[in-house]
Amino acid sequence: MKELVVISGKGGTGKTSLLAAFASLAKGKALCDADVDAADLHLIMDPRIKERNDFESGHEAAINQDICTQCGLCRELCRWNAISEDFIVDPIVCEGCGVCYYFCPEKAIGFPLKNCGEWYLSETRFGPMAHARLGIAEENSGKLVTLIRKEGKKLAEKENLDLLLTDGPPGIGCPVIASLGGATATLIVAEPTVSGRHDMERVVELAAFFKIPAMVCINKFDLNPDMGQAIEVFARERNVTVMGRIPFDPVFTKAMVQGKTIFEFDDRSEGSKAVKVIWENLEKGLI
Amino acid sequence: MIISIASGKGGTGKTTVATNMAVSLGGDVQLLDCDVEEPNAHLFINPVINEVKTITTPVPEVDMEKCNLCGKCGEICQFKAIVVIGKTVLPFPEMCHSCGGCMEVCPEKAITETGRELGVIERGSRNGLEFVHGKLRVGEAMSPPLIRKVREYARPDALTIIDAPPGTSCPVITSMKGTDFVLLVTEPTPFGLYDLKLAVGAVKILDIPCGLVINRSDMGDDKVKIYAEKENLPILMEIPFDRKIAEAYSRGEMIVDVMPEWKEKFLELYHQIEEMSFHKNH
Repeated sequence: MKELVVISGKGGTGKTSLLAAFASLAKGKALCDADVDAADLHLIMDPRIKERNDFESGHEAAINQDICTQCGLCRELCRWNAISEDFIVDPIVCEGCGVCYYFCPEKAIGFPLKNCGEWYLSETRFGPMAHARLGIAEENSGKLVTLIRKEGKKLAEKENLDLLLTDGPPGIGCPVIASLGGATATLIVAEPTVSGRHDMERVVELAAFFKIPAMVCINKFDLNPDMGQAIEVFARERNVTVMGRIPFDPVFTKAMVQGKTIFEFDDRSEGSKAVKVIWENLEKGLI
Repeated sequence: MIISIASGKGGTGKTTVATNMAVSLGGDVQLLDCDVEEPNAHLFINPVINEVKTITTPVPEVDMEKCNLCGKCGEICQFKAIVVIGKTVLPFPEMCHSCGGCMEVCPEKAITETGRELGVIERGSRNGLEFVHGKLRVGEAMSPPLIRKVREYARPDALTIIDAPPGTSCPVITSMKGTDFVLLVTEPTPFGLYDLKLAVGAVKILDIPCGLVINRSDMGDDKVKIYAEKENLPILMEIPFDRKIAEAYSRGEMIVDVMPEWKEKFLELYHQIEEMSFHKNH
């Protein structure tokens, strides 16, 4: 089974819109939304949830005021200043390291497992989908990403599907790293802007660091064809296969507003035609 | 005053708003780019950098001559960053959160701390605007520790503008926490709205006043506006889609340089924020 992970470096280049479009075209695949921090794929895929699970990960310290003698050892040891002068742990600042819990002489500190969000196994008009929702202001997004990809693969295997299409997060930090580990290949969606190029170069470096074969396509190409071409030159120098160019096309926004993929909205638009070419190139590469 | 600029959804225009507002203001202004994974503000500000610092975080180093293989370090560690295997101790520095627990618990005092590189901080200026950003080392998983270091550069007497990363989880919280106002930049689309609601949720948990900028305001639907009205979220600025602005942005140009009439609008945006913050505190 192969997994294609779509990332970008820069936010807002069109990962989710493109992945939804591929979902329209690809036969025999499962879907995974690994952008757990700001998951949007469901807004187009309209999943029917079949299974809902709690995501419990990490711990959080809580001081029992009745037992606490205010000796202050916890405040000395805490490297995040998460414990106030009144010996209350700020749950937003608490890193979950357990040092205060471990060393408290009165055993006054609880250290329960945290419920950080939920994950779902669903059905969509394009196939099965694994997706998740990280709780607001929560951490551990990397762990949830790893979990949801694993569940996505299980979904694909269960239904004898040989492709998993995974929507990745922006950036280069732990959620992105967690979305890349063990992937067959990654498609980087770039935009032809100074920011887009800068961010794409960093994510190419990340993919190379983790030895994941990378490809690139450039969205909104006609906004700045010179920059677009410069990105393609850079890609080729780094052994990143150039998959194609997509023109700026309002069909992306219009389709999204209606909860449709670009093909469902208008499969003869310039954007749709360009994406079809890219998908055909991808299919060849993935086989 | 510290203003943080966040969004939820990526690519809505945070850096555009942060940089254009920063250069439109006079006086003692700092721009701190806390999107350490993909910092972009410097591409528009083009600061003259006069300080570069490598930032590290402490991770354990074990002196095997002192170690008695008791395993307490592995027991206390919540992050699987150190483990006793056979007759040796293996630290996994990339997993370490630098809590110091293993060092503290070791009965033989066999653990000391060495550094794992998080990235660099660069500081400089352009036309009197102080600029600081963090650049995460590619391969480093954790951005909050570097973001915290960037935030240390905020001066209490200055007006500080923070360009935050996209999303709503720990890197964004680290960028927004303790600031005086959060400006949320959104787009009027289903993705924009969904992620905006998550961002508003995060801002409410932090109990910070906030306001909205709607970018590409004429491309999408009216649901963001309806939501803003329902939540009493003031819309402080709307930027219609303008191909000229998009093309200028693609070249690394600032809106206020290409279309100087925008300077007044960004100044007005700041004054509205100032007034809202004033009213919250009085």
